[in-house]
Amino acid sequence: MMLLGAIDWHSFFFFVFALLAAGFALGVVFTSNIVHMAFYLTLSLGATAGLFFLAGAEFVGAMQFMIYVGGTLVLLIFGVMLTAQSRFVHMKTSAGEWVLAAAVGSTLLVLLLHAAISNKSWTTGREHRDTLTIADAQHVTALGQSLSGVRPDSLEEPSPAARRGMSGYLLPFEIASIHLLVVLIGASYLARAKKRVSSSKS
Amino acid sequence: MAEFINNTILSLLLPGELPADHWAGYMIAALVHCILLLHVVAVGALFFIWLERKVSGRIQDRLGPTRVGGKFGWLQTLADGIKLLTKEDLLPGNADRLLFKVAPYVSFAASFAAYLALPFANGWVGQNLNAAVFFVVAIMGLEVFGVILAGYASGSKWSLFGGMREAAQVVSYEVPLGLCVLVPVVACGTMNLTTIGNMQAGWFTNWLVFHDPFMFIVFWIYFTCATASVNRAPFDLAEAESELVAGFHTEYSGLRWSFFFMAEYGSMFTVSGLAAILFFGGWHGPIPLFGPEATNLAYSNEEVVAGTFRVGGYLANLAGCTNFIFKTVIFVTVMIWVRWTLPRLRIDQVMTTCLKYCVPLAAICFLGTVGWQLFGLPSPNDLLRTAHRGTVREAWVLQLEASERAAATAAQGGGQ
Repeated sequence: MMLLGAIDWHSFFFFVFALLAAGFALGVVFTSNIVHMAFYLTLSLGATAGLFFLAGAEFVGAMQFMIYVGGTLVLLIFGVMLTAQSRFVHMKTSAGEWVLAAAVGSTLLVLLLHAAISNKSWTTGREHRDTLTIADAQHVTALGQSLSGVRPDSLEEPSPAARRGMSGYLLPFEIASIHLLVVLIGASYLARAKKRVSSSKS
Repeated sequence: MAEFINNTILSLLLPGELPADHWAGYMIAALVHCILLLHVVAVGALFFIWLERKVSGRIQDRLGPTRVGGKFGWLQTLADGIKLLTKEDLLPGNADRLLFKVAPYVSFAASFAAYLALPFANGWVGQNLNAAVFFVVAIMGLEVFGVILAGYASGSKWSLFGGMREAAQVVSYEVPLGLCVLVPVVACGTMNLTTIGNMQAGWFTNWLVFHDPFMFIVFWIYFTCATASVNRAPFDLAEAESELVAGFHTEYSGLRWSFFFMAEYGSMFTVSGLAAILFFGGWHGPIPLFGPEATNLAYSNEEVVAGTFRVGGYLANLAGCTNFIFKTVIFVTVMIWVRWTLPRLRIDQVMTTCLKYCVPLAAICFLGTVGWQLFGLPSPNDLLRTAHRGTVREAWVLQLEASERAAATAAQGGGQ
């Protein structure tokens, strides 16, 4: 009873989900069967969604499910199961690829660890965990405000002419989205045309 | 609920004063939620399979099960369940062992997880998420994952065909389903299912399905797409018995096989419940029997949190829960009725229905509803004199108001 009471449950569940995510990510790396890889990837991403839910960001968590887990699903179906011949299903990773991947991965790890340690609010202990303030997330808040049309950094701009030119990021964001949509439609069109030619030949 | 358990139940049972956020209360609350929801899925599946047999029997001019368990054969599913438990758990020689064994649980877990955010009455919900609609739709999309894994891992051509058909179908139908769900969300201005349900309080004219003509059409599109996304006839190509033996679950037997069916019936309940909340007033009956104006019976979740629990309010919510389950069972019955009435579509017809009819219609209705809101056109509810007008308020505004109310009452109490 006393032991259970002493557990910090938030940290406990954080570790559960984090270990699941990391463990299944290792599963992706060390499995040679490509369908198993996709399955582990899904579980790893699902555990990450659990972390988001734990942090109270349920929209991001649901988004994680919708986009990443659902996206892996589509990847699994159309990218792997339909195209993979039996020689691709079991992938052999060569020694050179291992070295390259280890170099890239460890570089990223060092970079992230450095960023984590150099961030002051991550290393200093917090007195009251409940009072997680907006000030900790000011970068994200500014980004969100900019996306909805209000640029907080325009307050520091002295020249009024330059300040007027600083509009929100919504229009560029939409332009990028439309570009992606165009690419998507173009890709499906190209794939379709190719199929027609091959079917008429055969 | 955890605070309620700590404050009232555990404080009575255990010696000494417990803090409101003691871990035992949370654990008991979580267990109660889990067990209740598991029973909705498991007992619901038992009931719906029995209902399916009876309805299909009646439609085909038979009686259906009549003997097991007395008069109506109502224990037939239990007998089937015991039979399934004792069956041998077969594993085909070509199967991918791990994925074959895991696939039914993936399907069931996805179907079950959607109940986490599905409210059964005002405040009676596993976790009151602000983006509950989105969460339910996202989780429902994962159920297909188990089916695809089963189709792949069985090492059988029938299963693979079934799995691929299911994949193509569900991925396509996600698009119109999402569009249809978006329309009530836009009309309400929130993705919180509890809030959407509460905004439809009052007479049945306030139900969103009668909000405007576009919304009425959207409901039927939603129901079609929902039937397709839970893989029911006439869209059950993944298990087309006449062509593919049994589709993705050809190689399964025993308990693993029954997990797929629990998942299917669980999903049917979820999509029907979503339809009831989004379009048909959720836990509000057609006549406002338990309205706050008439009887003062209305139940609110804040009361429980604040410790002012009322038996009358609890009974009102129980009636609301009955309302919700009744509506949902009606939708499930319609799905069963459709299954035994319509012939199965071909795969190209399924795709045509989705891409050429459902998506454009849903898009047009989306624009129509947005326009209806924009130009302030009247909905039937405005014609009633005593109409209860739902207001668009975000969850944080509601929380703010609740805390302000609590502060006001605290100030009053301090003044006295």
